[in-house]
Amino acid sequence: MADESVAKSFYSVLILAFVCSLLVAGAAVGLRPMQEANKLKDQRKNILYAAGLYEPGTSIDELFKPIETKIVNLSTGKYVPEDQLSPESYDQLKAALTAAGGRLLAPDQDLAGLRRLEKYSLVYLVRNKKDGEISQIILPVRGKGLWSTMYAYVAVDADANTIRGVSFYEHGETPGLGGEIENRRWQDGWQGKKLYTADGKMELKVIKGTVDPSGQQAPYQIDGLSGATLTANGVSKLMEFWFGEHGFKPYLKQLRENQNG
Amino acid sequence: MAESKKELLLLSIFQRNPIALLVLGICSALAVTGQMSTAFVMSVCVTLVVAFSNLIISIVRFQIPNSVRIGIQITVIATLVILVDQILKAYSFELSKQLSIYVGLIITNCIVMGRAEGFAMNNPPIPSFIDGLGNGLGYGFILMSVAFVRELLGAGTLFGFEILPLTTNGGWYMRNGMLVLPASAFFLIALIIWILRTFDPEQQEKK
Repeated sequence: MADESVAKSFYSVLILAFVCSLLVAGAAVGLRPMQEANKLKDQRKNILYAAGLYEPGTSIDELFKPIETKIVNLSTGKYVPEDQLSPESYDQLKAALTAAGGRLLAPDQDLAGLRRLEKYSLVYLVRNKKDGEISQIILPVRGKGLWSTMYAYVAVDADANTIRGVSFYEHGETPGLGGEIENRRWQDGWQGKKLYTADGKMELKVIKGTVDPSGQQAPYQIDGLSGATLTANGVSKLMEFWFGEHGFKPYLKQLRENQNG
Repeated sequence: MAESKKELLLLSIFQRNPIALLVLGICSALAVTGQMSTAFVMSVCVTLVVAFSNLIISIVRFQIPNSVRIGIQITVIATLVILVDQILKAYSFELSKQLSIYVGLIITNCIVMGRAEGFAMNNPPIPSFIDGLGNGLGYGFILMSVAFVRELLGAGTLFGFEILPLTTNGGWYMRNGMLVLPASAFFLIALIIWILRTFDPEQQEKK
C-alpha cells in the first residue's frame, strides 16, 4: 500500500482524473464523426423501412438517393423554400427548443407530451419512377411513451390517409414489453390502416388485444402490445397529435386538395 | 494466491461464480436476460471491463492511497465503461441502441468493483487480468443460461430466430408471459444456484 499523506492522495486523484478525462474526451471527439454517420444511416434506414423500400444488403445511401427531403410549415401545411431553410442542415429537434424555430404547446394541445413543438418539420417524398407523381410521404413523429420519448417514421400513401408502413427507431421503453414497438412484425400490422374517417376525424388507435378483422373499426385499429398498455397509449396519443391540427393535418389536407384540383 | 492461471480462469466459472456463489451483479442479470443477443453483448462488455479494470488497477496498486482507493477504482471503471459505450456507438450502432441504458449500468455492476477491490488490489497484473476474464466468463455463463430459458420460453425465439412458433403468430406455442418480465430471472438464477450447489456441495454455506 502506498504511503498515506494527504498530498499524495490529492496528487494521485488529480493525475488519474486528468488521464481518464483525456481518454474519455479523446474517444468522444475521435469517434463522433462515425457515430453521427451511424445515426444518420440508422434514421435513413428507418425512413426506408417505413416506406417499404428497405432491402437488406443494398447500400442505404444508394436506396435513399431518389427520396426527396423537404421542409413543411406545420401550421400552414406549405413547403418552405429551400433558400429559406436548407433540408440538409435543418435539425427540427433543435429548432423546437429555440424561440424562433419552435413554440410552447398549451397543456391541452400537448397530447404527445412534447412541451415544445417546432414550426417546421422535415418530410420525405417518394415519387413514382414513371410519372414523377408523389407515391408516398414519410413523416417523422415522436411522443412520450411510458418512460421515454419514442421516435418513429410513418409512411403515408399519396391519398394522405392510408398508412404504408411505420418504423419506431428510438425509444427507452421496457425491453420485451413496450420495447416491442420496435418489433418489425408488429409494425407490419400498421400497413393499410387508415388515419382519418370519411368526415376527416383522426381515428387511428392502438387498442387492447388483437384487432377483429371483420369489425367496423378494424381499418383504424392497431393490435395492442400485451403488458405495454401505457406505451401503446403513448403511441395512440402521438399519432393523434401528429396527425391532428398541430401536426401534419394541414399539410396532408393541402396534398389532397392539390391532387383533386 | 497459489492458484495457477488456468485455475484462476476456470474456477470463476463454476466453483466461484460471481453470480451463483458471491451473488454479485444480480441487477444486470435481471435486466438484460430477456434476449440472448443482449445478454451476449452485455457479457462481452462486462468481461472486457472487468479484465481491463483489474489489469489497470493492479498495475497502479502500489500508487493508490488507501483512503481514496474506492474513488480511484470507480473512476477507472467508469472511464472504461464510457470507452466501451463510445466504441459500441461507433462500430456497432444497432447493438448500442439495444444496450445503451445497460452499458452505463456496468459501472454499478458489483462484480467489477468487487474484483477490483477484492483481487486486483492485492495481486500482480497478469493474474488480475485473468481473474477478471474468468469472472466475466462466469457472469456471462449465468447470463446466457438465464437468457436461453427466458427467450426460448418467453418469446419462442433464440437470438431472435423463431424456435417455437407462437400462438399469436399462428403457431402452437403459448408463450410464458412471466418469463418476459425481469423478475423471472430471480427464479432462474435461484435454480442455477441450487443445481450448482447440489453438484458441488463445497459451495453450500456452513451450518
